Amino acid sequence: MNLPTPEQLIDRLVEQLAPVLGPESPPNLALVGMHTGGVWVMEALVQRLGLQAVPSGVIDTSFYRDDYAQRGLHGDVKPSRIPFEVEGRDILLIDDVLNTGRSVRAAINLLFDYGRPASIRLAVLVDRGGRELPLCVDFTGIRLDQPQVSRIDLLRDETGRLTLEATEKP
Amino acid sequence: MNEQLTEDGRLKHLLTLDGLPARILTQILDTAESFLTVGDKEVKKVPLLRGKAIFNVFFENSTRTRTTFEIAAKRLSADVVNLNIGTSSQSKGETLLDTVANLSAMQADMFVVRHSAAGAAHLIARHVAPHIRVVNAGDGRAAHPTQGLLDMFTLRRFKGGFHTLRVAVVGDVLHSRVARSQIHALTTLGCPEVRVVAPKTLLPRDVESMGVHVFHKMEEGLRDVDAVLMLRLQNERMQGARLPSAGEYYKRWGLTPEKLKFAKPDAIVLHPGPMNRGVEIDSAVADGVQAVILPQVTFGIAVRMAVMSMLAGGQ
Repeated sequence: MNLPTPEQLIDRLVEQLAPVLGPESPPNLALVGMHTGGVWVMEALVQRLGLQAVPSGVIDTSFYRDDYAQRGLHGDVKPSRIPFEVEGRDILLIDDVLNTGRSVRAAINLLFDYGRPASIRLAVLVDRGGRELPLCVDFTGIRLDQPQVSRIDLLRDETGRLTLEATEKP
Repeated sequence: MNEQLTEDGRLKHLLTLDGLPARILTQILDTAESFLTVGDKEVKKVPLLRGKAIFNVFFENSTRTRTTFEIAAKRLSADVVNLNIGTSSQSKGETLLDTVANLSAMQADMFVVRHSAAGAAHLIARHVAPHIRVVNAGDGRAAHPTQGLLDMFTLRRFKGGFHTLRVAVVGDVLHSRVARSQIHALTTLGCPEVRVVAPKTLLPRDVESMGVHVFHKMEEGLRDVDAVLMLRLQNERMQGARLPSAGEYYKRWGLTPEKLKFAKPDAIVLHPGPMNRGVEIDSAVADGVQAVILPQVTFGIAVRMAVMSMLAGGQ
């Protein structure tokens, strides 16, 4: 199947986010990217929107996942680093692909263990639908309803170029 | 077939580092790295082991090891029960397996076992129900795998890796389960030169078969090493006159600032604790800039969280 390029989707996210985050971004704003793809999307947004001065952190939700009892610990857990006070922050949570919403649930629980944010909004490159929890997304690159696709992954090569890869159901 | 691994190659029990593949050791160290930042949070817990019951079953006393296992389990949100069996059932004549069967009936999910007899944790692992996990917290002179792992974690953190390291394990190797676990881990992880430095009377006869270089003089054994892994002189395990006196031991084998000068200038000093100051280690070294003994304790919690979380999930 033909997928849009990540650059096109980041353009669309930038259009939506610029009025909200631009030069007049809220003083309590902080960015949080979800390992691994969400961190790449966050880095691209920081570049495009000139958000270098905004505090940012990275999280891995493996320790908060709801499938630990069935599947065990993820083999490649990355350290979470939140180098700012979460208490009272307006947080923009960033991920690459949104599907069931279970990772976002885990991310919200993790963030609350750092403190009580004023708000959390969610930006994703691709919204695949298929939610299993009552969660909505605030900023989206594209909404893709592709029942024949089992997963969509964001990949990054050595040069830093991003691509989307779809795996079709067998 | 390694009894510590599941059929699909994942860690099931942690009994010894002998025979564990480098891939598993590295996975434990990498996972522990992620658990270190859990302590940065306001709530220093993660919910992974919610609803699991972990029994710390200590047939031999150890405040520090039991405490770090307890903290690790609590940070994983498990329920922890501490049992000092040495002072209860065993003294009434109950067998090891009866004790474990009774604790299993109390719906334990994991046993953390310390015992003075080598192989105690293995025996328990062979007899528990399939869903119960066992961690060896030290068995006789045989193994102390989580101590070995936290020492590897400390080495990797301060030295970056293992492939160019020259490491000396110094002291009472004969009685030390820590030394055995360290040597297995170092050789598995690719450390090219592992030395043991000890008097002949404190070395096991077959020590060279473990792939180490043996030294009997500190100035030779410590020359140009990147790390010194000190061992505790185990007075309580000492039967018969293997040594002249604590003072004599200190003179020849105690790590003083003068002897440490034979190592590389940036060499680090580890010690599993509790230290006998003025016996195997001088206070000036123990409190000096090259000592990483307190970071070892902090890292020990993250390493034990990694082990317990890798064992308990995915059943």
